[in-house]
Amino acid sequence: MTWLDHVPVLPEVLLLVGACAVMIADLYVKDEGRRTSVVLAQVLLALCALATLFVDAGTRNRLVLFDGHFIVDHLANLLKIVCYVSVSAALVYSRSYLEERRLLRGEFISLLLFSLLGMMVLISAGSFLTVFLGLELMSLCLYALVALNRDSAQSTEAAMKYFVLGALSSGLLLYGISMIYGATGSLQLFEVAQQVMRLSASSADRSLLVFGLVFIVAGLAFKLGVVPFHMWIPDVYHGATTPVTLIISSGPKVAAFAMMIRMLVNAMPTLSADWQQMLALLAILSIALGNITAIAQSNLKRMLAYSAIAHMGFMLLGLLSGYVGANGMNRSDAYSASLFYMIIYTIMTVGSFGMLLYLSHAGFDCENLDDLKGLNRRSPWNAMLMMIIMFSLAGIPPTAGFYAKLAVFQAAVAAGHVWLAVVAVLLSLVGAFYYLRVVKLMYFDEPVGETAPVRAQPVGGFVLGANGLFLLLLGILPQGLMALCVAAVAAL
Amino acid sequence: MILSLAIWVPIAAGVVVLALGDRSALTRPVALAGAILGFLVTLPLWTQFDPSTSAMQFVELHRWIARFNINYHLGVDGISVLFVLLNSFITILVVIAGWTVVENKVSQYYASFLVMSGLLNGVFSAMDAVLFYVFFEGTLIPMFIIIGIWGGPNRVYAAVKFFLYTLFGSLLMLIAMLYLYNQAGGSFAIADWHKVPLPLRVQELLFFGFLFAFAVKVPMWPVHTWLPDAHTEAPTGGSVVLAAILLKLGAYGFVRFTLPILPDASRELAWLMITLSLIAIAYIGLVTIVQVDMKRLIAYSSVSHMGFCTLGFFIFNLYGVEGGLVQMISHGFVSAALFLCVGVLYDRMHTRQIADYGGVVNTMPKFAAFMMLFAMANSGLPATSGFVGEFMVIMGAMQKSFWIAFVAATTLIWGAAYTLWLYKRVIFGPVANDRVARLKDLNVREFIVLGLLAITVLWMGVYPKPFTEFMHASVTDLLRHVAQPKL
Repeated sequence: MTWLDHVPVLPEVLLLVGACAVMIADLYVKDEGRRTSVVLAQVLLALCALATLFVDAGTRNRLVLFDGHFIVDHLANLLKIVCYVSVSAALVYSRSYLEERRLLRGEFISLLLFSLLGMMVLISAGSFLTVFLGLELMSLCLYALVALNRDSAQSTEAAMKYFVLGALSSGLLLYGISMIYGATGSLQLFEVAQQVMRLSASSADRSLLVFGLVFIVAGLAFKLGVVPFHMWIPDVYHGATTPVTLIISSGPKVAAFAMMIRMLVNAMPTLSADWQQMLALLAILSIALGNITAIAQSNLKRMLAYSAIAHMGFMLLGLLSGYVGANGMNRSDAYSASLFYMIIYTIMTVGSFGMLLYLSHAGFDCENLDDLKGLNRRSPWNAMLMMIIMFSLAGIPPTAGFYAKLAVFQAAVAAGHVWLAVVAVLLSLVGAFYYLRVVKLMYFDEPVGETAPVRAQPVGGFVLGANGLFLLLLGILPQGLMALCVAAVAAL
Repeated sequence: MILSLAIWVPIAAGVVVLALGDRSALTRPVALAGAILGFLVTLPLWTQFDPSTSAMQFVELHRWIARFNINYHLGVDGISVLFVLLNSFITILVVIAGWTVVENKVSQYYASFLVMSGLLNGVFSAMDAVLFYVFFEGTLIPMFIIIGIWGGPNRVYAAVKFFLYTLFGSLLMLIAMLYLYNQAGGSFAIADWHKVPLPLRVQELLFFGFLFAFAVKVPMWPVHTWLPDAHTEAPTGGSVVLAAILLKLGAYGFVRFTLPILPDASRELAWLMITLSLIAIAYIGLVTIVQVDMKRLIAYSSVSHMGFCTLGFFIFNLYGVEGGLVQMISHGFVSAALFLCVGVLYDRMHTRQIADYGGVVNTMPKFAAFMMLFAMANSGLPATSGFVGEFMVIMGAMQKSFWIAFVAATTLIWGAAYTLWLYKRVIFGPVANDRVARLKDLNVREFIVLGLLAITVLWMGVYPKPFTEFMHASVTDLLRHVAQPKL
């Protein structure tokens, strides 16, 4: 064992050291804008991305470190890059918003970086222990971030809700893990997988395993925010300040997706018939409830919260469609479809909340549907970007969202879940309605209240433009990202 | 290369127009130049097309999304080539028609039409199902914007209704396509789907999957209710494109997907399609008569006329299918012309109510003459394009059953009734009010637009051979294909 064996954890080590450095450096930063800290954080993220790319170049299939507690594979590296990008975008979008509200403190940046570290540990987790470690690191930082605006009763209430329900879900997850550990005698995912395969032959052991599995799926569903474990999502999205909403709607979801892959696909492939059934129920309920309830919302953040629930349901459609049977297998097709959906969703959600931040200014929070009225008159460019994002969320071609839906529907149909796909498709029509309403408000209605032209923010505007147009570009040329996703799940 | 140009030249022009912005003096000229250029690049399709073969021509094939084996695969046969030309031609007229009328968000207006024109060319030339779907759905976005921003008072309702109605249909089609993809062993090529054997029950389910998508677009009775709203509220240009091109997507879909891919289900369910078509022809014909809004009247007459197309396709003989296709093209010209005529009046009077008009011939004689021609074409008078298609479909129907032909032929009565009565009330009689008395006749711009359409309508009516010749080989091949069971 030499230090060279530890090179694959370079990004994590770098981020840990860097985050501490940024925290200390921030003590000496005087200006309100925290220019130095923000720039340092961005540089750190770029370095981590480089390190991940470097590690990825040396990754063959799967690297297992620390006695199996830590895994590095293409999937982990890809998801980590997605997390860096979303955190980096979050920093860019939220800077002037937080500065104007005197909320841009050092804690924001350090908490953000440490929660990112949690996500990375989670993504690379090789045992139940690391899963829990990463999850708690990420979640504790997020609880604090939600309460960032401590003078706002709404924010503190949301943080309290998030914390209590988060603790409950962690408890469920731990309970499930203890069951599985009791049955298999191991914490390491791949050993668990072997033991599960051996044990599931006998019905007594199998029922114990399935019992544990139920709690694990419930815990995962909490973190992912799918029905019926979705209660916290609308309140937290609504109560948190918009930058924090942006953060919890992107990176942590990616991490929860990774957690799902690790704990279900890696650790319990033999029980796939059981967890696929559970996921099917969760998926359909989420798509239905998310899309239907979103229609009734007048607050954009709440609407996007319900839309997030629905989107997680669509994503699950891919996860539950992997099978290995007599007619061949479509595991990698199905999981890569989910992965593709997850990445596209992250780009979309970052863009949509980024737009809300961009349109806000001192003394005005753009968060109600009516605040978007007549945006096309005030700023045609931003209206067009928002329109692209909305059509992408609705899954209308030629935007990236269409291919994401196409991929998961294809996985579902290939696995024989034609009726599941039909129901999901019809519910996505319901979803199209409220995304269309946003476009309608921006394009067809007259501005009310806010009539001033949108204030220009060079850096934020540029990144936002790139973000929106990227969805269109991916809609015209999706092959590259799809191929990456297929390669990433090939080794699962 | 020609087909790619036909798709991307208008889209590129649209992006340029959008970038120029509303205040630039160049916006309108660039839009016109883009539309004309878009038409010019399609001309080789007319001159170099080989009508003796049913094979795809001007084929382009590139890998697009290797993950799902989706290709950028373009090509036209005798069935689709004319629609590309029709669409590019109509786009020029639309650009000219909006020249002085549209003042609000000019660049977005022209960009929407140009982008939509490119997307529509894509629909007619796509040989890959996903490519088809992307173009098919993509057209919703510009049309939604067009109706919603520049439409009439009830435009928002109409735009949302239009979008959701058509999206509902297309989503079911998407599932049908995915099913076929898996059955065909992982191929989205439409030609591969022709060969996939399918049991009758599956064919029927798929048939309904496609039916919703195409029936909503056609639109067939009883899913036509979005059309009068969308047409009525859309700006003139929007109505023209809707009637002339967008409605053709549905009928085209039947010919391109339903008939060759699901021949057994098509034969099995032909009775349903024929019944729905006849209801559209006869019942909607009657509904048309009582309309009091000019645009609504023409919209309903469109439903009735499109019923002829679907009727023609599902009687499975040469007269029927060719007649349906000719009817589609003819209706493209005639309905475009009629909506432009209404647009001419609306721009001057800002009302679409028939009751507000009367005696227009006294102040606008040139306009009255043009409208006379188009009204005649709409009611299917011989020597106009409207006659050819309807006559062929009725002949085809006669070969199948006397009673189908009988019901279909009633349209000649209803068509004459609603069109001529509309014409009489608007154009003839004493001058109805001061505003009609102050009307000015056609200006040069309007004269050119209507003149071009008049020439085409007469040409197609007097000498339709070039049109039928183009489609003959492809239609014969299609019918041969439909006759073969593939259970």
